[in-house]
Amino acid sequence: MTTPETDAYAPERETTEGTIYTVTGGDWDSIVDSEHDDRIVINMGPQHPSTHGVLRLVLELEGETVTQARSVIGYLHTGIEKNCEYRTWTQGVTFVTRADYLAPLFNEAAYVMGVEKLLGIEAPQRAQTIRVMLMEINRIGSHLVCLATGGMELGALTGMTAGFREREEVLHLLEYLTGLRMNHAFFRPGGLAQDLPDDWREKIDEFIKVFHERLGDYDKLLTGQPIWKQRLEGVGYLPIDGCLALGATGPILRSAGLAWDQRKVEPYWGYDTYDFEVPTETGADCYSRYLVRVAEIHESLKIIEQAADRLEPGPVMVEDRKVAWPAQLSIGSDGMGNTLEHVRKIMGQSMESLIHHFKLVTEGFHVPAGQVYSCVESPRGELGVHLVSDGGTRPVRVHLREPSFVNLQTMPAMSEGGMVADVIAAVASIDPVMGGVDR
Amino acid sequence: MTERTGPGGTAGTSKDDKGGAEPTGGEQSSADRSGTDEEAHVANGGTEPEAGTTELAGLGDQAVEGGTRSAPAGRARQGMFGVRGSGDTSGFSGLRLPAHVPAPAERPFGGWFDDVADDLVAALDERGTRGAIQQVTIDRGEITFYIAAEKILEVCRTMRDDPSLRYELCSAVSAVDYGVDVPERMHVVYHLLSMTYRRRVRLEVVLDWDGGAENPHLPSVVEVYPTADWHERETWDMFGIVFDGHPALTRILMPDDWDGHPQRKDYPLGGIPVEYKGAEIPPPDERRAYS
Repeated sequence: MTTPETDAYAPERETTEGTIYTVTGGDWDSIVDSEHDDRIVINMGPQHPSTHGVLRLVLELEGETVTQARSVIGYLHTGIEKNCEYRTWTQGVTFVTRADYLAPLFNEAAYVMGVEKLLGIEAPQRAQTIRVMLMEINRIGSHLVCLATGGMELGALTGMTAGFREREEVLHLLEYLTGLRMNHAFFRPGGLAQDLPDDWREKIDEFIKVFHERLGDYDKLLTGQPIWKQRLEGVGYLPIDGCLALGATGPILRSAGLAWDQRKVEPYWGYDTYDFEVPTETGADCYSRYLVRVAEIHESLKIIEQAADRLEPGPVMVEDRKVAWPAQLSIGSDGMGNTLEHVRKIMGQSMESLIHHFKLVTEGFHVPAGQVYSCVESPRGELGVHLVSDGGTRPVRVHLREPSFVNLQTMPAMSEGGMVADVIAAVASIDPVMGGVDR
Repeated sequence: MTERTGPGGTAGTSKDDKGGAEPTGGEQSSADRSGTDEEAHVANGGTEPEAGTTELAGLGDQAVEGGTRSAPAGRARQGMFGVRGSGDTSGFSGLRLPAHVPAPAERPFGGWFDDVADDLVAALDERGTRGAIQQVTIDRGEITFYIAAEKILEVCRTMRDDPSLRYELCSAVSAVDYGVDVPERMHVVYHLLSMTYRRRVRLEVVLDWDGGAENPHLPSVVEVYPTADWHERETWDMFGIVFDGHPALTRILMPDDWDGHPQRKDYPLGGIPVEYKGAEIPPPDERRAYS
């Protein structure tokens, strides 16, 4: 019953292009014979474990060599941009944070930067420094997932377990600082949802200590390992002109030798006052991208230390009560909500403050008409947000320039002409996050 | 810059009606002054500091006929709280807010904006492209060039290739639908980045499209910026804008057999009403809008 001819689920079919066979494994010899050439078109994904979520690759093979590769995306399209048009500007944060789910704070950062630019306001110093610190913690977590899943896909399973172990530290820390492991919605237009907990400093110091101890292990485990190098060196080559033509930014561009980093070239939130390097390599291959990412983890640790040192007490939200929510949030037994004292205050203080609270939460604030493009350096490259307002309390357009989406276009250029196994390495080195690609 | 009926003659009428908003009118357009002394005007173009308000921001020969763009970017508003026909006697229902129209910038633009505008005008002149720029707007520290749809490919090529511009990277191509009632509602937006000069500009194309069944068209820029491939596919998928010359303009995010273009404003968000503790919460796009 399970021979290819009678497969109940996908029998072979005659099409105008030729016969479509279903190969389930172990029956290859029944297909390949003298009348067929070696040219095979295969679908990899959308649920292949090596394709980073629901990415589908269509590969045309001649033997083991990839002659053409195309990626098919859209399996995780959730309409984030459209949804933002039906919510207030503040609610938009909770939508964009779900785009690139491995770097949620960067989505929030680019978005609130745009809203603040439209409003013509600037978050207080403490909020900016906390944002920088949280983003760099998030960058470490994102790069660790790239190393971990990349390692797993190439057979370095210990790289996976080690990477996810360290990433768990990142998530624990972010949960402690923001209240949520992922999809934090912690950055708000004008500042932050709330201040850090009282003993944030001890947690950060502990985190930095753990990472200084463990990061060396990655060099021992992967960097000099012959198999790791053989799988990555000279694979997925994309030189600098290819990067620019295809729009690749982030570690892909820096692995080709161009030290282009938004934090340096268009500094935001005081990045120009931090002492850190932009790591580059010249190999323009998967191994260079791996090295760049590991080096960036070290640089991020430096920024976190500096940010923690300079954090002064102060407000984390703008003074303007037309933008800042009146909420005083606290963690209760049933999740996050307003503190009881604050509820008592606004309920008892005056009718006007209650009305104001209600209007600001349900109606939102008006944003002057116009459009802005704001961008931050996410772990994957230039993450831009194009925001358009027509003067209302809801955006007319929110467009995310997702680096995953743009960088994934380089997959054919990196893989065509190489071996099938190298496609896996190339996709892993692009590090696409399908939540960001499909939005 | 091809046909001309005389100085100050056809401004405002040389294009179709633009929703009645024509704040800048004829004599403000450099296009109406050229006539036979076009070459002399090119020489002077962009070098008349006093002419800020009387010509299209010193764009010389690049200014299109008919003056500035003046396409509304948004809808007009009326009343407050989103209430209609309730017999509201508070007086708030009488409030009127006209649609936002991006204002043309005046010389001097300030900073590097003057340089990039002059360089773009000079480079386009050199390449023989005429009448490409409809308006320049500077808002919140960002410069926007409104480009005539049919010239967008040449402008992009000039932006990339001219040594004084060097916009090597096309960050994003996307579109904005300003709403069903807005004339010329569909705009295509290009964000370009010059890594050499560390400058960003926005190119905006206002499509001459009234929301009819026929899809709007404009040239594809994939041959200049290969990265625009997926961006344009996404814009086609989401907005139904056809990029002529794209190598394979197919849907990218939605399934191949999908009907409609989800990011258009007349495409519903979808969703179902939800009952919570006896009350029915309507889906998000049917809830009361306050703006």
